[in-house]
Amino acid sequence: MLTIADKTFHSRLFTGTGKFSSSSLMQQALFASETELVTVALKRVDLQNATDDMLFHLQGKAIHLLPNTSGVRNAKEAVLAAQLAREALETNFIKLEIHPDPKYLLPDPIETLQATEELAKLGFVVLPYIHADPVLCKRLEDVGTAAVMPLGAPIGSNKGLKTMDFLEIIIEQSRVPVIVDAGIGAPSHAAQAMELGADAVLVNTAIAVAKDPVQMAIAFKMAVEAGRMAYLAGLGAATKSAVASSPLTSFLDV
Amino acid sequence: MSSFFDIFQQYDWDQTKAEIYAKTAQDVRQALLSPRRSLEDFKALISPAALPFLEDMAQLSHKLTQKRFGKTIQMYIPLYLSNECTNICTYCGFSLDNKVRRKTLTEQEIMKEVQVIKDLGYDHVLLVTGEANQTVHTEYFLKVLRLIRPHFSQISMEIQPLDKEEYGALIPEGLHSVLVYQETYHQEDYRKHHPKGKKSNFRYRLETPDRAGQAGVHKIGLGVLIGLEDWRTDSFFTALHLRYLEKTYWQTKYSLSFPRLRPFSGGLPPKVEMGDKELVQLICAYRLLDEELELSLSTRETEKFRNHCIPLGITSISAGSKTNPGGYTAATDSLEQFEISDERTPAQIADMIGRQGYEPVWKDWDKAF
Repeated sequence: MLTIADKTFHSRLFTGTGKFSSSSLMQQALFASETELVTVALKRVDLQNATDDMLFHLQGKAIHLLPNTSGVRNAKEAVLAAQLAREALETNFIKLEIHPDPKYLLPDPIETLQATEELAKLGFVVLPYIHADPVLCKRLEDVGTAAVMPLGAPIGSNKGLKTMDFLEIIIEQSRVPVIVDAGIGAPSHAAQAMELGADAVLVNTAIAVAKDPVQMAIAFKMAVEAGRMAYLAGLGAATKSAVASSPLTSFLDV
Repeated sequence: MSSFFDIFQQYDWDQTKAEIYAKTAQDVRQALLSPRRSLEDFKALISPAALPFLEDMAQLSHKLTQKRFGKTIQMYIPLYLSNECTNICTYCGFSLDNKVRRKTLTEQEIMKEVQVIKDLGYDHVLLVTGEANQTVHTEYFLKVLRLIRPHFSQISMEIQPLDKEEYGALIPEGLHSVLVYQETYHQEDYRKHHPKGKKSNFRYRLETPDRAGQAGVHKIGLGVLIGLEDWRTDSFFTALHLRYLEKTYWQTKYSLSFPRLRPFSGGLPPKVEMGDKELVQLICAYRLLDEELELSLSTRETEKFRNHCIPLGITSISAGSKTNPGGYTAATDSLEQFEISDERTPAQIADMIGRQGYEPVWKDWDKAF
């Protein structure tokens, strides 16, 4: 079981609501994935309407909402968006996304650190979307982040774990859950992240744009479970061939 | 404020010990092959099951150490400032109940010692004291640091545990590293060996690296006194402590020592003996757990053993050490903390290191930092 702040999760597959062809297909796919944490873009939700179509379709299962700040360009806008989200969706969880760059949607580390510090002080459970930067992860921990969400590859690129070497360092050093976000394009990528020891993965595009999103959601669910199981079981390393060298410990025998 | 104490309390000594002794050859093989070793792997590597794999561990340790540190060995030397002590420690020559003459060096005496140490070639120094808070206190340390800072590039301290604010006050005056050994993580045995004095507070000592880390000390040294308790279990707790500190105070470096209990006049014999093989095993196990860790070996160990340890994973070594205040200028050894085994001069040790294809390093920091 994964614990973030006061919530526990059976499923280590976090998902998103964007890019589905319809709300009902989204509902079928997310229910099939057995996900328990779903990120919702604040900008997509109709906050004035108590019966927002997308939110309506997420009801009826043990699904927590993770509002995200997608669209904001700096810390100030992010804090404002988070406060709106807390009020509208009645959760203090916030996925902090600050990408001033509209092309690749790459996260701004400086604004993200500032916003995390401020939001943590305001009582938010902050899950920031960041580059796979181990030092930034430690700085975020120091200011009270609840988790870190390093990217595997540019968002929506489906390229897999291009940042693997850095993800390994982050996972090794982290005191908060590490959720690999962005770039996971295939169940095998998700399994690989879990085998490395990631606490969870967040997958959206790969499920939403699959030819059959429901089958793909199930495939991701199984991959995440398999990867986690393999991590816990202890992976064997690739065998290295022995190299003859002069003995270092023979002095102990004389 | 959370501290290592919170984590420590989740572990049971006897259960941990049983888990270490239950490790099998298969567990050791898996630990050797693992690209990132866990504390479970460490348990296997320090277990009796790993002894047949000692040469494999040594080869791996040798390679990992060279990858990170190159072919260099850092030289260090202790400067004992005082043997005054208000603690009773059953194994220590400075113990309150040990009838020896007590001495705290004056500024003039310190400068005489500094001159000898500098003439030996040293540029790093380790200041050592007992615990006598009435006379050897933060004010005294500030005075000493201001006095000797112009003469050294790096100053480490192995003194009584201090508060965070006290460490904070010493850092701008030149304090670089804090060495604080838990002696043993076995709480009942700790109580037995430290019946009197401030040191009898197990938790305060256990949380000392937390306070040093919070103050922003550059490097923290850990260790246990090998021989007080089962060294395998104690070493596991040291590794647990290390992993916690590395994750929490991530801007700090860490070093480890493995002092084996040495005789002193009137002291206890070790409860648990550790042979040379086991010490090599422990050195290699720490290296396999942590490539960045500094591992140091003191003059407690014999000449032969120290010679052979150079390529095994050690990164720093002392030479020419005196363990009594005024030892470098006075002829007598009567006030010493423990007997040393390797009596060679720093020049002889440097020569021995050089002949093995390593470079002895005398300066690896600058006071400008």
